[in-house]
Amino acid sequence: MTEAAFDATEIPVAERLPRRAVRRQLVRRGSVAVGLLAAVLAVPHLPLDPLSVDPFARGLPPTLAAPFGTDLLGRDVLARTFAALAISAQVGLVAASISTAIALAFAVAATFSRTADRIVGVLTELALGLPHFVLVLMVAYAAGGGMTGVILGVALTHWPRLSRVLRHEAQTVAAADYVRISRALGRSRVWIARHHMAPHLLPQLVAGFVLIFPHAILHEAGLSFIGLGIEPHLPSIGVMLADSLRGLMAGHWWVALFPGLGLVLLALAFEVFGEALRRAADPREGVA
Amino acid sequence: MTGWLLPLLRDRAIRLLWLLPLAALGLFTLVSVAPIDPVQAYVGARVALVGPEQREAIAAAWGLDAPAHERFVLWARNVLSGDLGDSITVNAPVAQVIADRFPASLALVGSAFVLSFILGAALGVIAAATRGRWPDRIIRAVAVVLAASPGFWIGLLLIAVFAVGLGWLPPCCAAPPGMTASEAGPAARLPHLVLPVIAVSVVGISPLILHTRQRLAAFLESPAATHLASHGARPLWLAFGPGLRHAMGPAITVHLAGAGELFGGSVLAEAVFAWPGLGQATVRAAVGADAPLLMGIALATLLFVFAGNLLADIAARWLDPRLRTEARQ
Repeated sequence: MTEAAFDATEIPVAERLPRRAVRRQLVRRGSVAVGLLAAVLAVPHLPLDPLSVDPFARGLPPTLAAPFGTDLLGRDVLARTFAALAISAQVGLVAASISTAIALAFAVAATFSRTADRIVGVLTELALGLPHFVLVLMVAYAAGGGMTGVILGVALTHWPRLSRVLRHEAQTVAAADYVRISRALGRSRVWIARHHMAPHLLPQLVAGFVLIFPHAILHEAGLSFIGLGIEPHLPSIGVMLADSLRGLMAGHWWVALFPGLGLVLLALAFEVFGEALRRAADPREGVA
Repeated sequence: MTGWLLPLLRDRAIRLLWLLPLAALGLFTLVSVAPIDPVQAYVGARVALVGPEQREAIAAAWGLDAPAHERFVLWARNVLSGDLGDSITVNAPVAQVIADRFPASLALVGSAFVLSFILGAALGVIAAATRGRWPDRIIRAVAVVLAASPGFWIGLLLIAVFAVGLGWLPPCCAAPPGMTASEAGPAARLPHLVLPVIAVSVVGISPLILHTRQRLAAFLESPAATHLASHGARPLWLAFGPGLRHAMGPAITVHLAGAGELFGGSVLAEAVFAWPGLGQATVRAAVGADAPLLMGIALATLLFVFAGNLLADIAARWLDPRLRTEARQ
């Protein structure tokens, strides 16, 4: 279908980097992304209080004491942004892990059984039949909103793309001559899965996981923004942005700018890291 | 032309015949398992005024006392006869709500579709023509940043800069305060459309830039393009001249197939700008536990995505005859 157009295009010759450059880029982007994630996850252990309310510091623009300013209740936007990013990252990691696991399970099932292949095909068509955010919203609604709603909503809707890639990869390997020879030599299914399938699927799986993560945190923010996501008493980027709408008319731009900026930086780091992983996993890319 | 069009239409019609009932069943299941009590959501703040008997009466009036599978059969039968049920939050037939709000959504998503196509395709072509040099690097960086930015956040920043800071454009709604959209003329409504359209366009630009660039770069490295270049054709002339045909087919196809995502983005953008379209109704239905309206809108967006994909398939074959033979197999 139309989606296949993305995957089938050849990379122009001039774009191909030598293998070493691909690896260097991968290491650089990987350390930035992982470092950022570790920093974000470590923040709750810092002596910052995202919940303390200061009635004398309501709606203050950025100053040295509060570099991101304060919101309408006098809470420090910096502390709240970091606390919210930590929750975003946790939700994103859990949701992306579940989604990756679903994608892998479906791809493996589709490779071994014709019936399963058909069922997975139908499920994929269904999942891609609605706009992504509308489906996320429907699942979150079904789960009753809140943290569970967000995690389920994101986890149950992000597998189709990765599942397609993995299924294609697994079926290509399963039909390859060396796998047929292995089978003729009497190797067990487990042996073939371990020695032939895993080396091909693992890089795609890791790249898929890293690429799902930014989508997961962006969709979490969207759900929380409309009030169907993270509970409002927890700091979350979406809720902060929804609150910022009230102050925005009075010129309180900092309440909208900084939380969103933090989210974009985190998503961006993983987006480019995932892209580098995909390049490194692509056999068409680069020579020697 | 009919040689490839008719089989394609027949194929898609068959797909719709199984996709629609399955999707309806799936969506109904999702809506039914939701732990949000619609009666409670309807009663809301008037909780002290409504006793248990009245709650039961409301539940009975909505048919909530019947088991889920009976409700599904009843609902499906009604839908087949053209009745999508009544919305709880708006207190009007669902079909009526969708029909009322569709024009506003169409204006928003349609304008965003055109704007993101022009921007995305143009930037993609420029990037391909200058690939490896600084305009290409900047455009690619913009595309990646846009892909990682939530459209509704961009909407908030647009409000902060252009509505509050500079005061050039109105921050919300589809018409000046004190007027309904139908009272205000098109000239009064146009400024209200600008910021929401930009916010929704963000969703569509990034994939279009990268795809157009990649397809055009493949042509610019082909023997045909090298031949033209050796006759003295400049890269930009090549890209916007003979290359444009190679880039536009895939660009239109990708953009049509992604039209559904623009609608998804409009759900959040309409919440930011208080735009009275289907997206706003989606949010209200989800927060207010309005299952009939949610079902109606979900099915409508399913048809919208389906139509986008169908148009993409037709456009791809119409613009590139090589794909037609493949479709016949």
